[in-house]
Amino acid sequence: MKAEKIIEVKNLKQYFKLDKNTVIKAVNDISFAIYKGEIFGLVGESGSGKSTAGRSIIQIYQPTGGEVYYQGKLISNPQIYKKEKKFINRNMQIIFQDSMSSLNSRMTIGEIIEEPLLIQGIYKKKEERRKKVCELLNLVGLDKRYLERYPFEFSGGQRQRVGIARALSLEPEFIIADEPIASLDVSIQAQIVNLFKKLQKERGLTCLFISHDLAMVKYICDRVGVMYKGKIVELAKTKELYQNPIHPYTKALLSAIPVPDPDCAKMKKRLEYNPIIHDNGREKSKWLEILEGHFVYGCDFEWQGSI
Amino acid sequence: MDNLLEVNNLFVSFTTEEGEVKAVRDVSFTLKKGETLAILGESGCGKSVLCKSILRILPENGLIKSGDVILAGENLTNLSEKAMNKVRGKEISMIFQDPMTSLNPTMSIGKQIMEAVLIHQKMSKSEAKKRTIELMELVGIDQAEKRFAQYPHHFSGGMRQRSVIAIALACNPKVLIADEPTTALDVTIQAQILDLIQELQRKIGISIIFITHDLGVVANVAQKIAIMYAGKIVEIGTTKDIFYEPKHPYTWGLISSLPTMAVEEELLHSIAGMPPNLLHPPQGDAFAVRNKFALKIDYFVEPPMFKISETHSAATWLLHRNAPEIKAPIRLKEGRVIFNES
Repeated sequence: MKAEKIIEVKNLKQYFKLDKNTVIKAVNDISFAIYKGEIFGLVGESGSGKSTAGRSIIQIYQPTGGEVYYQGKLISNPQIYKKEKKFINRNMQIIFQDSMSSLNSRMTIGEIIEEPLLIQGIYKKKEERRKKVCELLNLVGLDKRYLERYPFEFSGGQRQRVGIARALSLEPEFIIADEPIASLDVSIQAQIVNLFKKLQKERGLTCLFISHDLAMVKYICDRVGVMYKGKIVELAKTKELYQNPIHPYTKALLSAIPVPDPDCAKMKKRLEYNPIIHDNGREKSKWLEILEGHFVYGCDFEWQGSI
Repeated sequence: MDNLLEVNNLFVSFTTEEGEVKAVRDVSFTLKKGETLAILGESGCGKSVLCKSILRILPENGLIKSGDVILAGENLTNLSEKAMNKVRGKEISMIFQDPMTSLNPTMSIGKQIMEAVLIHQKMSKSEAKKRTIELMELVGIDQAEKRFAQYPHHFSGGMRQRSVIAIALACNPKVLIADEPTTALDVTIQAQILDLIQELQRKIGISIIFITHDLGVVANVAQKIAIMYAGKIVEIGTTKDIFYEPKHPYTWGLISSLPTMAVEEELLHSIAGMPPNLLHPPQGDAFAVRNKFALKIDYFVEPPMFKISETHSAATWLLHRNAPEIKAPIRLKEGRVIFNES
């Protein structure tokens, strides 16, 4: 893929200081790039730092170290971020995982979705904004009669779709979707995922898709990075990663996907991952490209024979 | 083997300002000892309400209109509130979706499990503590003695869910109702909890009602599956019946919307439209408007349950002898869905 890089992350570090002696390295030196028109998946178990990575990229957190470039601009620098803020917010949006706490409970659904349009001043007339809001509701599969309702009147799935409609309202170029479908039903999940695919195809949407649902990621993403304890341990094209996982953690993660077929489910064996296997004291782990576009975090001798 | 739990023609309604919401409409099923029944459906289909009405823990505006819930020969719908309290936790217990909100953050995990032990059983504190540690070991919390004094915030999501399961098992209940026990957890932890549930069943022979919206999860856990839609069970059968011989168009839709099976470069199958508003359930089959195989009669008359085999039945007019023969558009093969040409 020789496309334009939308986002480039270089050695991003995000540490949280709990007290004098404890520092949590939530994101510990990760690097990757997301190309235009691509859906990039970030998977891992809870606590692996995938959400933190997303939040650091959009500058909700000020990164402890490393650089984040958006269209070549170094947005992790506070001065540059301040100058470009309006431009960045217009083009970069995030969908949060927790739909209850990310929507203002004192605003109606209509107001919530309309707000970004007002701030950016895209439509001058009220009717135009209303029309756009209705269009967005329709896009995410909600009825317009919900406009005057408040978030608490909705189910988790419906609220999530309000969050998605809000993020889409400015037609951003790049969306960070932090577990956007985790709280939804299977059939609704399919609708939302199809919506992402459609937007990717029709509007060239670029997306960082953070999820722990490996089955969905396989379906929606072009490339996938696997995170474990703040590090990306493996990164490859989706097909390559699912067919030829190298890192033992990726293998364990893939083996945990439930198989919706009773006969196959019985035969399946689940692998456990124990990080001790890397503690061999021979060399330090590093970021290696073992096949074209297929990166693994580890040492040379570990992967020999596994390719 | 006799039926441990029987639910017969249960109707549950909620009175709201706008009118009566019929959340559960004519649901019947049976559960044998040591069996796992999965109840599957979209949010709002009434699966949680169904389970709450078994335990009679509905909110104030909810009411069991008619029908029976019979546990080991005793009709729970007629019991006094006092007698019902004895059933809750002791005979039937329930675990909820979110392990954080169902635990008390200001009380140590050990104390919370011990509380449940002491409420229903007469024993001394030291005996109760011993039993608590046994329970913690049973659900796979290691170093149970050390973790006895820890608080919920010390525990990870998976460990919290294990603690909740330990509380639910404290009094050796006959039936465990698990309301989406793995939805809030990620895949690796989910796999561990599912393994745990199966292991518990082998060890203590408990019957389980497993509520979920994820077909993938139940393939390995359940022996029987009931598919719910708009307050009704539309198809019920053994796990094999449902996965390999699904008859109801809604089940077809659910199976084909599973992502693991999607054919590459194609849109993921989704069931168009939204579930109906149960305030005004539509005339005829509630699924008809979303069903591309709907017959004319579906819009006027609700289909009865058609029996397909001893274990398998489904409520769709497609099974009527006068209906045109429609083959399921999908079939399973080695964990993948094959779309048949239509």
